[in-house]
Amino acid sequence: MPTRLRINNKPVTVTVDPDMPLLWVLRDELGLVGTKFGCGAGLCGACTVHLDGQPVRACQTPVSAVGTAAITTIEGLSASAMGRKLQDAWVSLDVPQCGYCQAGQLMAAAALLKATPKPGDGEIDAAMTGNLCRCATYTRIRQAIKLAAGVTA
Amino acid sequence: MTGFGPSRRSVLTAGAIAGGGLWIGLSPVNAGTEPASAAALNAFIRIAPDGIVTIIAQNPEIGQGVRTSIPMLIAEELDVDWGQVRIEPALADAKTYGRQVAGGSMATTLQYEPMRRVGAGARAMLVAAAAAGWGVPAAECSTAHGMVRHAGSGRSASYGSLASAAATLPPPDVAKLVLKAPHDFRLIGKPVPGVDNRRIAEGEPLFGIDTRLPGMKYAVFDKCPVPGGSVASADLAAVKARRGVAQAFVVPASGGEGALAAGVAIIADNWWTANQARPHLATKWTLPAGPRQTTAGDNAEAARLAAAAPQRLLVDSGDSKAALAAAVKTVKASYSYPFLAHAPLEPMNCTARVTGDKVEIWAPTQSPEAGRKLVAKVLGVPPANITIHMLRCGGGFGRRLTNEYMVEAAWIARAAGVPVKLVWSREDDMTQGNLRPGGWHNLEAGLAADGSITAWTNHFISYGGPQDFARAAGIDETQFPARFVPNFRLSASVMPLAVPTGYLRAPENNAFGFVMQSFIDELAHAVGADPLAFRQHLLGAPRRFGKDSLDFTGYDSGRARTVLDKAAAMAGWGRKLPDRQGLGIAFHFSHLGYFATVVEAAVATDGAVTVKKLWVAGDVGRQIVNPSGALNQVQGGVLDALGSSLGQAITLEDGAIAQRNFGDYPLLRLADAPPVEVAFVLSDNPPTGLGEPAYPATPPALANAIFAATGVRLRSLPLDTAALKA
Ligand code: FES
Ligand code: FES
Repeated sequence: MPTRLRINNKPVTVTVDPDMPLLWVLRDELGLVGTKFGCGAGLCGACTVHLDGQPVRACQTPVSAVGTAAITTIEGLSASAMGRKLQDAWVSLDVPQCGYCQAGQLMAAAALLKATPKPGDGEIDAAMTGNLCRCATYTRIRQAIKLAAGVTA
Repeated sequence: MTGFGPSRRSVLTAGAIAGGGLWIGLSPVNAGTEPASAAALNAFIRIAPDGIVTIIAQNPEIGQGVRTSIPMLIAEELDVDWGQVRIEPALADAKTYGRQVAGGSMATTLQYEPMRRVGAGARAMLVAAAAAGWGVPAAECSTAHGMVRHAGSGRSASYGSLASAAATLPPPDVAKLVLKAPHDFRLIGKPVPGVDNRRIAEGEPLFGIDTRLPGMKYAVFDKCPVPGGSVASADLAAVKARRGVAQAFVVPASGGEGALAAGVAIIADNWWTANQARPHLATKWTLPAGPRQTTAGDNAEAARLAAAAPQRLLVDSGDSKAALAAAVKTVKASYSYPFLAHAPLEPMNCTARVTGDKVEIWAPTQSPEAGRKLVAKVLGVPPANITIHMLRCGGGFGRRLTNEYMVEAAWIARAAGVPVKLVWSREDDMTQGNLRPGGWHNLEAGLAADGSITAWTNHFISYGGPQDFARAAGIDETQFPARFVPNFRLSASVMPLAVPTGYLRAPENNAFGFVMQSFIDELAHAVGADPLAFRQHLLGAPRRFGKDSLDFTGYDSGRARTVLDKAAAMAGWGRKLPDRQGLGIAFHFSHLGYFATVVEAAVATDGAVTVKKLWVAGDVGRQIVNPSGALNQVQGGVLDALGSSLGQAITLEDGAIAQRNFGDYPLLRLADAPPVEVAFVLSDNPPTGLGEPAYPATPPALANAIFAATGVRLRSLPLDTAALKA
């Protein structure tokens, strides 16, 4: 049965197993490969996307559970002013090492700033702790969130 | 590994690009003559008539920043603005590019001068073309921002407009080019953000795993949990009957080190479908003969070997037995560390297309030429028929120096008859690794009344065969404090190994730093000395061992002393801290870099360790190429070491790896990542790499800080914080 989705403000129809996680619908069916596969078990945050602005792990979200929620992926992050600010901060502070986790980090950060525009360190810790960076770019991730949010480090 | 000076046996090559413009490359003198058009595709620099400068990044990018830092070297001497430059990844092509390996922290060491010469050569040709056109001496021309100027006549021309004329000139003698003095650098030494940052931040396809080809299918490859097993049976029919599954077949082992392991491939329309089908294979394995390795068994064997006479004597200088007998004080301790996995965040994967006897591969790899050899051997195709696209790697840490996933993808794609993207699950990645080997060190030292170490003995227990050590399981005879203690004895015993091992960030050193610098700390406390002062005394007057500063077996105690003192000063060494808080210090030399770390740690009454801050001083020569990337590498390496020390271990049960995913192999998290303050000490030595040497001094600095806070000496990794309860 076709499933209707709204991804980055565009309607999309896919015909897949309803149990198929959103991650693989995005990556393999739709070619939106910016959302990354790290663990497939909800343990790393590399696959973080937004459903109606809320961060979710796409590897743990069956496509049938999305319903009418608007999906935002890293490819759609720059549609919002805050998303662009975060991306600019990530680029100028030279956050990435390998870069593989950073799509998930940015999506988690964007959800944080939407809920908490001026986060303190504790709020950053809480929002970002599920997003692993094997290269350990954590110092710069924290700085970049603060730069985008306009809070002093 | 010694003698990494710039090759004097290279020549510049240059020519015209079809349609206009200049290319320039660098070839070994014995490379033979290639048609110019082929070389143009693979040159280091292309300058188009419209002024676009394309620089080819020759090395695999695994997050160490070489796709930015090495092109910076070319752009500096070429005298173009960074904004004018486009970076393009090279194909794997040893003939054109020489060594294309991300390993050993060697890119900066090997390329610092040759890449600058390539840039300077192109600049010289552009200047010569301008001077000839204007009828003025080349020496009167200057360059900046991609332009040649002649001050006397006020004329100027852009590189783009000169490129085609320059392409008709002979390339200059590479050895005679004059390079810029460091004070004239405009780019080297300035922080430059990574060239792929924007694409990463926007989620563009970039990594190996992002590859998509027309008609491509997705594959999983189910392998035996015990290395060396083969397929006894698998329910291929049940799997093929599943919706979305295209094919399922058994892959036989090819035999030979690092080659194709036996398993079952499932090909499907998407990766999830392939992976979901996997349990339905109900694969039965024929396990390899012989006892199955277990961590408990290894520990028992290590204890047995430690109690017996060593099997091999590696170093025996002076008379350690007599010196121990004569010592005012002796200290004995045993240290150990576990197997570790690399666990890069992008799981192993590779995409392959086989057409006739031609193989095209898209791989995140640290070592493409080794992969080419392996694929050629296993598939029986000529190496020249294999094209390898080196894609950005989502982390390497040494894992992608071996290319078994490349051979698997190529073999499976050929058998399937369609292009295939093979992706390992995280569980595959965790359980099919090339592990950092565990090890045990049984140490004894003798001390004199003045706090000098008079004797040092180490019976190292590791893995290997009768003649050698397993990969990455050896010990170098120059490992500190060799040569700094008059009576020094290093011996070893080995036990057999049934799992593959490999190089993990700062191989061998990542464990030795912990062992040596923790034991040195014990010795300091044993004589009531300050741990910093004790180390300064041990290093003694500045002196140098080895051939030169690019000698891996060398040692410059002056450089070690400088970083040690610097880190101590940054941390305010010696200051008083509240109860259950402490500072720990350590230093280490590896991969040509000298590093010292100070850790400030607090230990709660329940044993929980909080690292409050780290101070790190490093000396990697006279020039930091890209300070932004360099700082990122050092902070990352140090935090990596912290994460592994606090919780990572791979254990073996019944011959198989017990850990499956990040739930039982925890990575450091943001909330637990303390600030890391870094200082680079510049010394008059050639610039060397940063991917690895910052790591080894951190685990011992942490263990030493814990001792300072609690009086408990932890001699095993990962650190057992349960032992720290008040
Ligand atoms: S891939 Fe989804 S949390 Fe790791
Ligand atoms: S930058 Fe490599 S995993 Fe985060």
